[in-house]
Order: sequence, then C-alpha cells, then structure tokens
Amino acid sequence: MLEFQNVTKQFGAFTAVERLNLSIPENEIFGLLGGNGAGKTTTFRMLLRLIDQTKGTISWKGEGISYDSSHLIGYLPEERGLYPKMKVKEQLIYLGKLRGMKKAEVEKEIAIWLDRFKVPEYLDKKVEELSKGNQQKIQFIASVIHKPELLILDEPFSGLDPVNVEVLKEAVLDLKKSGTTILFSSHRMEHVEELCEHLCILHKGKAVVSGNLKEIKRSYGKKNIRIDADFDVAFLENVAGVVRLKQGLNHSIVQIENEQVSQTVLRELVSKGFVRQFELEEPSLNDIFIEKVGAAYE
Amino acid sequence: MNKFFIVLSQTYLNRLKSKAFIITTVITLLMIFLITNISTIMNTFDSSEADRVGVIDTGSFYPSLENQIKMMDAEIVLEKFEGTEDEAEQAVEQGDLDSYLVLEENEALEPTGLYKADTVAEQVTPQVIETALQQMKSTLAAEKAGVTPEQLNQIDQPVQFEKVALEKGAKTEEELNQARVFVYVLLFVIYFSVIFYGNMVAVEVATEKSSRVMEILISSVSPVKQMFGKILGIALLGLTQYAIIIASGYLFMQMQEDELTETGFLSFLDFGNLSTSLIVYAIVFFILGYLLYATILAMVGSLVSRAEEVQQMIMPIQLLIIIAFFIAMFGLSTPSSTFVTISSYIPFFSPVVMFLRVGMLSIPFWEVALSLTLLVGAIVLFGIMGAKVYRGGVLMYGKSSSLKDIGKALKLSKREQ
Repeated sequence: MLEFQNVTKQFGAFTAVERLNLSIPENEIFGLLGGNGAGKTTTFRMLLRLIDQTKGTISWKGEGISYDSSHLIGYLPEERGLYPKMKVKEQLIYLGKLRGMKKAEVEKEIAIWLDRFKVPEYLDKKVEELSKGNQQKIQFIASVIHKPELLILDEPFSGLDPVNVEVLKEAVLDLKKSGTTILFSSHRMEHVEELCEHLCILHKGKAVVSGNLKEIKRSYGKKNIRIDADFDVAFLENVAGVVRLKQGLNHSIVQIENEQVSQTVLRELVSKGFVRQFELEEPSLNDIFIEKVGAAYE
Repeated sequence: MNKFFIVLSQTYLNRLKSKAFIITTVITLLMIFLITNISTIMNTFDSSEADRVGVIDTGSFYPSLENQIKMMDAEIVLEKFEGTEDEAEQAVEQGDLDSYLVLEENEALEPTGLYKADTVAEQVTPQVIETALQQMKSTLAAEKAGVTPEQLNQIDQPVQFEKVALEKGAKTEEELNQARVFVYVLLFVIYFSVIFYGNMVAVEVATEKSSRVMEILISSVSPVKQMFGKILGIALLGLTQYAIIIASGYLFMQMQEDELTETGFLSFLDFGNLSTSLIVYAIVFFILGYLLYATILAMVGSLVSRAEEVQQMIMPIQLLIIIAFFIAMFGLSTPSSTFVTISSYIPFFSPVVMFLRVGMLSIPFWEVALSLTLLVGAIVLFGIMGAKVYRGGVLMYGKSSSLKDIGKALKLSKREQ
C-alpha cells in the first residue's frame, strides 16, 4: 500500500498540494489526473523525496521512502532526458547500476526490452541519433529495467505516436500483471479510463475526485445518451432534465441528470421522426473531469 | 558497489575515454617533449654555420679583434676583406658574406666600427663585435694612461656581495631562488588546474541538468553523493593527467644528456633537493584549493538551465581565482607584505597565497595550520551549502540564470520540520 496522509506542500505563500490523502493498493494501476500546474509532478517529487512535503507523511508498505529503497522504485520524469552523447547500452548500464543492479543483469534486461520494443539495433547508438519517440522508449526502459515494485510514470504517453502509445500501454499492463504497482499521471482521460482501476483528480493542489473508477462514474449520477436521428435534435435542450447537448456530425451526445430522463428523451425523439441510434452510456471521465475542474480545461 | 563510487567511476572513466582528455594530454606531452628537447632541436636548426663577417681594416686592429673574438668563443668567423666597401656590399648581396665591418682608427688612435648587414634585426653578432671593440678600446686607453693589464683586471673585478638571512630557519638565498622557481611553476599549476578541472565539474553538472537526465539521477542517488562523486571523479582525472605528464616529463629528461639537466637550460626543473615538506604542502594546497572551487562551481553549475549559460555563471568564481593568482604573483617579490599575509588566510586565496608564503618564507607552523583550518572550514561550509543548493537547483528551470538563484534553490531544498 502506498499511502499519502494529509500531505501538503507549500512554496512560500503558494500551496502546490493541499492535504492530499491517497491509498493506493499494491499491484494496481493508479491514475493521477489534473491540468497543468495541478500538482501532479510535485506529488511525485515528494513521493520520491526529491523535495520534502511541508506537512503530512508518505509511506510505501508502511515505511518512508528513502535513497536506500531507490532500487524498489522506478521513475519516468515528465521532463525526458538522457545523456545525448552516450550510447544506449552504456547509459542503461549506468542508470541500472545506480538502481542497484549488476552490469551483467542490466545487459540481459536491455536485450529483452530492446527486443520487446523491436529496436535491438539501438544498443550501440548514441541517444542523440534516435528520434524523440525512440528516446522515450529508452527512457521507459531505464525506469523499469531494475524491476521496481513501485513504478511512477509522469505523463508516459505524451509525445508518442498512436502505435508507440499502444506498445507502451501493453508494457505497462504486463508490468502490472507481474506484480508492479504503478502510479501514473496524465491529462489524457482515455488512457486513464483504459488502464486504471483507481484514480484521483487533482485541481489546484486539491483532490477533487478520488476513488474507484466505476464507483466514481456510478455516483456521478449523470448519464449520456448517444443519438443518431434523421432530424435536428436541437429542441432536446429544452427538455427537463437535459443538462447539455453536444451536436456532432454523425451523432449527438446528450447529457442527462439521471437515467429516468432518458425515457422522456426517447419518447420525444420517437414522436419527431426516424431514430437510427439511441444508446444510454456511462459518463466519460472527460465529462467528470470537466465538471469538477471547470470547463476552462480541455 | 556504493552509489557514490558508481558516480565517481562513471565520471572518471567517461572523461578518461573522452576525446578532449586524450587530446589535451597528447598536446601537453608534445609540449613537454619539445621543452625537454629544445636545445637539441635548436641545434639541429642552427647547424647553418657561424656568421661570416668581412672586415675592411683601414688601421691595424684586425689581429687583436680576431684574438678578442676568439677569446669570447662566439660563433663568428672573421675574414679580412681586401677590397672596397662597394665590393663588400656586393659580397653580402651574393651571400658570400653575412655582413661586413669597417674598422677605422680615430684621432685618439682608438678603434671605431661601422657594421653593415642586410638587416640589423639580428642582434647577437653586432653585440659581440661591439663588446670586443669596447674591450680593445679600454685596453688601449688603459695602456695610454699607464695602467698595467693586471691593474685593469683588478678594476674590472666585480665586488663581492652576499646576502645572509639572520632569522633562524630562514631560507638561504640559494634555497630561495630554487623555491621561487618551484613556487612559480606550482602557482601556475594550481591556478590552471582549478580553472580547468573546476570548469569541467560545472560543465558536467550543467550538461546533466540541461539534458534533463538529472531528475532520474537524483531519484536514484542522493544529490550529495552525486555531487561529491563528480567532484572527486574529476579530481582523480586531474591527478591521472598530472601523473602521466610528470612521469613522461621525467622519462624525457632521462633521455637527455646529464649535462643539460644539471647545469644547462633545464637545471631549473631539477627539484631533487627541494624540501619534502614543500612538496607535501604543494599537494595539500592543490587538493584543498581544487575542492573549494570545485564545490562552488558544482553548486553554480546546478543552477544553470542551459549548458550555454555555464560560462556566464562561473565567471565571478573564476575572477576570484584570477585575483588569487595575481596576489600570488605580486607576492613573489614581496612575500612578507601585510597584504599578502592577510590574504593568505582568506580561503579563496589561501591555496595559492599561503603556499607562496610557505615556499618563500619560513613562517611558524601555526600560521599554516590556521590557514589550512580556515580553508577546510570553508570547504565544509560550501560543501553543505553546495549540497543544499544542488538538491534544489537541479529541479529549477528558469529563463535566466544568475547567482541570485542560490537563494531560491536553498528554499526549494529546505528540509521541513
């Protein structure tokens, strides 16, 4: 269990993180969501003891994290960077050794990971010769090569093309299967929805939503209806219980206050003409996020 | 393996294999080879025979001039030129002669000379001839005044003058001369090393920071271990480079004939009979001086966001070393001035200035001990402060870098409770 108890971080008068309470069960993927400046990176840095929290405690398996436990922890910082002039192999050996590995072990793992990402030819290349996306793969390898118990990924998918996002997602899911606890941050809701069971939405340093993804959605109450009809559905906005209407090219999404409203909407639609699609959906995380954090963030 | 040593050996080996290290070492070795072999090299090039000077003698001074030149053992071949000045000029133009001299007798029956050559930029030959003529003139004048050659000899004898230091344990003049050269050389070495290797530390830190690899590093190793691993890794690199240079310098000298090193041009490099304590002091001040400046420079390097900004940031620190160097240069001639004495206790200056005083004067041990204590104290102080700034600084990425950021970095790394 990774626990944050009442964790607060102040930089002078500015509060970056305020009374954060989190319990992250072992062998789970936990998502930390938030816009820019919400306090995600600060939270990770406190967890890694790069900076000290002003108040509160952070513990992993009941103990504080220190440099003595750095071999148990993997970290992919948001600001990517490796030694540009160093070869991939040398680089990973150095970083692996700093996480308490032996040279031979690192070499074995490098081969496995490079094969997995289908880039074994990069072994003796300098990092500066690689594309940005491929550098990111190497960096990901650097954060997992020592088989950490706890893996922290700060915006792991940003800057990657869709193919590489899938490759990385798969790797993350495999790590979870093999028992790693993963804490990751993102502002891409679909990644969080896909990977996490538990999550926390941070806004201006405060946790606005926290808990199990399904429960959060259920307790949110509001639902979405996906509608495809042969006529203009703009009139739905005036139906009681409809919160929002978003019209798209092929279909429209109607947000309603609760499940019951859907039946009223259906009746209204049928009376107007031909309805091709009518589907009651769970709210998307994006909806929840926008409502909690404010429409300012897209 | 301890992480400190992983950082240390990585820094050391990585730099050792770098082109920059190999190139600077090779260039230095070449320079040393040139210096130790300079007389051989100069002789090879100078094998063009001695200057040939044609002498048009209208009086009868030629034999005594020839004699005089021979006595002076100069590389000049005189030959009597029987002909006009125009012909002599032609001979010079055709290269048969290098220059010619018109030797005349004035009213006082003394010799006068007129030296003509393609250029008069070459100084040695005319100077030798002038001295020879001067000598001849003095002898003639003395003879005229009735002074015997013995008496003249006596007049020419230099006065006997010796300096003896009264203070007990003070250095004798001979020791002092030797010490002066030694101190001079070492001042350069210390000055140069601190700037060169200190910069290396700053650049190393700044590169890691600007390439953003820093955040991974400090999440695996504590900043303190990392910073000192780097500082000592580069110190080791410097010592390696000096070991290579000293060892090969020694070898080159062994290859030379003995006379050259004992009495010749290179005798100043013979430190064999220097006191061991001075050598020990040199090493101690060298290491401590490096540690002080490397710590400060590592701290400053951690504040830089982009590698290009390093130079601008370390400028003020370098200025301190330069000032220290100038104080020491000034102190070479006046080692006991109050100014030098005071600055030998200021940690920024003491590595060079106190070493200068130790080398040139015989100062009581407590003075050295006090200076060393202050220096070590400063290193510890800057070490603690540096580690804190480093911890905060490596997470700071600002638009512009300045030394004011030290305060910000300290705040960021502040340990709460």
